[in-house]
Amino acid sequence: MKKYGKFIALIVVVVGTLVWLAFTGGTEAKTYYKTVAELGQMGDRAYGQRIRVGGDVEGGSIQRVGNQTQFVLVQDKLRLKVIYIGSDPLPDTFKDGAQALADGKLDKDQIFRAAKIQAKCASKYESKPGLAPGQAAPNINNGKSTI
Amino acid sequence: MENLGSLAILLALCVALYAVVASVIGRLRRKPFLTVSGVRAVYSTWVLITLASAILVYSLMTGDFRFSYVAEHSNRTMPILYKFAAWWGGQEGSLLFWSWLLSTYSAVVVFTNRRKHRDMMPWVVGVLATVQTFFLVLNNFVANPFQMLAVDRLITAVPDGNGLSPLLQYPAMAIHPPMLYLGYVGFSVPFAFAIGSLITRQPGEAWIHTTRRWTLVTWGFQSCGIMLGMAWAYHVLGWGGYWAWDPVENASLLPWLSGTAFLHSVMMQEKKGMMKVWNIVLVSATFFLCILGTFLTRSGVVQSVHAFARSEIGKYFVTFLALGIAATIYLILDRLDYLKSEAQLESVVSRESSFLFNNLILLASCFAVLWGTLFPTISEAVSRDRISLDAGWYNRLMVPIGLFLLLLTGLGPLFAWRRTSLDSLRRNFQWPGVAAVVLVGALIAAGVRQFYALISFGFCLFVAVTVIVEFYKGSSAIASRNSMNIVRAAFELTHRNTRRYGGYLVHIGIVLMFIGFTGNAFKVNDVKEMNTGDTFNLGAYQLKMVDLRQGETPVYQWHRATVAVYKNGEYLGQLEPEKRFYMASKQGTSEVAIRVRPNEDLYLNFGGMSDDNQRAVIQGFVNPLVSWIWLGGLVLLGGTLVCLVPSKIKMQYARTEIVGVTKKHVAIES
Repeated sequence: MKKYGKFIALIVVVVGTLVWLAFTGGTEAKTYYKTVAELGQMGDRAYGQRIRVGGDVEGGSIQRVGNQTQFVLVQDKLRLKVIYIGSDPLPDTFKDGAQALADGKLDKDQIFRAAKIQAKCASKYESKPGLAPGQAAPNINNGKSTI
Repeated sequence: MENLGSLAILLALCVALYAVVASVIGRLRRKPFLTVSGVRAVYSTWVLITLASAILVYSLMTGDFRFSYVAEHSNRTMPILYKFAAWWGGQEGSLLFWSWLLSTYSAVVVFTNRRKHRDMMPWVVGVLATVQTFFLVLNNFVANPFQMLAVDRLITAVPDGNGLSPLLQYPAMAIHPPMLYLGYVGFSVPFAFAIGSLITRQPGEAWIHTTRRWTLVTWGFQSCGIMLGMAWAYHVLGWGGYWAWDPVENASLLPWLSGTAFLHSVMMQEKKGMMKVWNIVLVSATFFLCILGTFLTRSGVVQSVHAFARSEIGKYFVTFLALGIAATIYLILDRLDYLKSEAQLESVVSRESSFLFNNLILLASCFAVLWGTLFPTISEAVSRDRISLDAGWYNRLMVPIGLFLLLLTGLGPLFAWRRTSLDSLRRNFQWPGVAAVVLVGALIAAGVRQFYALISFGFCLFVAVTVIVEFYKGSSAIASRNSMNIVRAAFELTHRNTRRYGGYLVHIGIVLMFIGFTGNAFKVNDVKEMNTGDTFNLGAYQLKMVDLRQGETPVYQWHRATVAVYKNGEYLGQLEPEKRFYMASKQGTSEVAIRVRPNEDLYLNFGGMSDDNQRAVIQGFVNPLVSWIWLGGLVLLGGTLVCLVPSKIKMQYARTEIVGVTKKHVAIES
């Protein structure tokens, strides 16, 4: 059994290092997925965390103030004011009524500051005639978002 | 015709099910006519799925927009190549494509082994036909590609279809899915043989010898598919990178990692009769990861928030995976006695041990990627918070893993079997080690301070030198013995033992890719809003916007910037990044402009128009050494092909004895 001792020691070192690397990443690498409603329920826990919040862009809420874009995400009757602070141009699909994912942090003033916006045009396939009702368009792009 | 298509896949399902039942019962009751009919059922399944696929492809080509699949994924203006590629462009079609590939593989396997392995083959047919049945269930009842468009019970056609997503209308993307699928599906074959051999308690390593080529070909296809995916991401998506640790990318990487581990550890079984349980576990894991990968990409289970698309198909996959994994685990546990190892590990510094660590690291990385990919699902189940891990987490973990693996690539092949003496260690590693240390010293002197980059370059040179020395030693011996020139001798050497030297070539490919990955540490990027006449300093480059135009074609609207590129005041040429907006699919795409050079790529993306619609947002990237990745990929594929060429000299592996393959090994042992 003695000769396996060295192997076991080496394996423990290797695996141990990896586990240590995996679990000491801190909060930087973690992003919470939340809907607007769930974000409201998080209360104080929400501040300072990286959060990706999803909802619909409220019609007519998109405003350009200087270099910044503001809009409101809605889900049912809950509203969340979002300011986009990123440098990349907003995606073409980002418009009134689109489903959007804002990636950023919620500040104490209840304004969500997003560094990244992903959007998916909700009405994209509805105008096509002849599609069976309720038939979802398959997402062949599989989450490879371009932003 | 629409009925014929549906009928064909329904019949195929029945026939595949028959193949399972006939093979298994025929084998258990020793009724040859049943097993033969099972084999014929495999061929019939292929004919039926081919017919169904032909109908679908014909409809895509001719634009039969009564089919909802055709209406979704084809249109009148698409080039013929993409009309064909629409076969695997959407959910239903790609699952049919999976089925078709599996039936093709099954038919080929059954045909090439028609006079071999009488004992095992019915089980192989049984396993393959079971997998086939599962996919045909999906084809028939969950994602039927022959769904018709109907309004008020009348079958109608739309005037024109949506067309394939413009992002996918790119040559590398058209062949990326088939390559990856050829890889995914191919692992069903070694898996089926492993299970067949386990059930019948085959003596020896018949299943490994029979499937060695399959595994290599499959692995080659997978590598090729992953590379094409990276090339597509780099050239089309416009974010300046090639790998984002996206769940879909991870799904393709998982079976590749475990498959790579399998390719290495089977050598232990072939040569030393060790790691038998491990190999069965690895080949099964690889197969199930392939299924899992298909599941992840098809079901939307790991995508973003709940609101984004989810599909019913997930339940079927989870059931199949659960049943399959449970059955495999039961079989392995039940037959542990048969899988007893014939030799034991002797020394930490030995070839065996390097294989062990290679496997450990590959498996650890595979587990890490799986953990990261499923983390949103896991964390939701545990704490009801859906949490995702970003690229930083993966890099933190995968960079050290990759570097350790790179080091093993150099060390492993030079360790002797059983144990390596200190003397031979010094002889083998002296010069590569010195070269690596000198390079790292020179790089530090030149001002490079990135820790991982220094290590990576050092290891790359170390591995490259060890491989070159191996080639040089072998071929100069042949050259002097047969009075050949050294180049011909190198070919002769490779031809004598293609597995070994092809493997070295693959390692060189990996080294080249790592050089390319390391370039990422020196990446420069910036964004600027520019109008005609504006300048933009990016790294060593000066960019000047010469022209900004917009226009429209029948298919899309475009904005195009013409940018003059200068370096240290010297004019280098023009780049023209373009932004397109496709009207039919309401989707924007980027036509990035890249100035490719061996040392670095200058990469410009037209991000969009500024908010006031006056200036263009230009995203600029300087990506050092990216071309080395593509070159490395080609070398890796070339090496894989070399491995497939039969060796001129057949190796006789004496079990648990000293393997006298080259002079060097004999010298060490004596």
